[in-house]
Amino acid sequence: METEAARLIGAGLATIALAGAGIGIGNIFGNYVSAAIRNPSAAPKVFGNVLLGFALTEAIALFALLIAFLILFAV
Amino acid sequence: MATDNSANGDAAHGPLEQFEIVTLESIQIGGLDLSFTNSALWMLIAVATIAVVFGGGMRRRAIIPGRWQAAVELTYQFVANMLQDNVGPQGARYFPFIFTLFLFILFGNLLGMIPYSFTYTSHIAVTFAMAAVVFVGVTVIGLARHGVRFLSLFVPSGVPVVLIPLMVPIEIISYFVRPVSLSLRLFANMMAGHTMLKVFGGFAGLLLSAGLGFLAPVSVILIVALTGFELLVAAIQAYVFAVLSCLYLSDALDLHH
Repeated sequence: METEAARLIGAGLATIALAGAGIGIGNIFGNYVSAAIRNPSAAPKVFGNVLLGFALTEAIALFALLIAFLILFAV
Repeated sequence: MATDNSANGDAAHGPLEQFEIVTLESIQIGGLDLSFTNSALWMLIAVATIAVVFGGGMRRRAIIPGRWQAAVELTYQFVANMLQDNVGPQGARYFPFIFTLFLFILFGNLLGMIPYSFTYTSHIAVTFAMAAVVFVGVTVIGLARHGVRFLSLFVPSGVPVVLIPLMVPIEIISYFVRPVSLSLRLFANMMAGHTMLKVFGGFAGLLLSAGLGFLAPVSVILIVALTGFELLVAAIQAYVFAVLSCLYLSDALDLHH
């Protein structure tokens, strides 16, 4: 019973990583918007890089989700 | 999969049920399990869809394209530009591979958004196989092109000599982690997205059975929004996989670092 509780707590703790991903994604789009306002003509050129950065950051959050699943179902 | 019984019982109708691999036609050859599964079926469906969409779109080959042909040409142009921007003119000979990779992942992700379908890109075995092909292919291309000089990829230029013993192992590790991160990114995105949709669907059912049915539409509206988001993610992940393959290819071809 105690290990079961510890497992659930651990899986919950693994979602703390979302804080970092939130900061990262906010940074990317915030900087993109402020850059796009300063120089709108350059905005379409960097949008591909924005999406790339977004996907790379989002993947980090998903690694945490993976850990949560491993704790819940695999250990 | 689950160790405790309660989770095991739930798994049959839980959010992870959709990732179950079902054998449709059992094929055993010399102890090897080569069964035809639902995963293989959906890969065939994806390939057939790609063939129909692209073959049908280019059937007329009009000088002024219609909507269908324009969509096909835009997709082609998109990947061609991506390769041109990231690899340069010498990447043109690898266009068929990158285009195939992009379409196979894109259609796998998009077909997976159809309710009750199967997303083959949500399995690490599939994504890792694709990432391993990219990794081995890029390494072989680099070695064949540059020989031993290919190893200079692991020595970053402009680094003080003192730091080189430290930097080389880091570069080597980051090189060999590439296929892992490439495959894990696609697999985790797809699995997380589909699990999230099922979890929100489960909320609606829970609310109904708890007598709070008037709140269920909130959950359903959220599912609609998340489905839109997942369509975006499906396209972005296919793009990211293709772009990173291009960047790795560019590293191996040019050795600029």
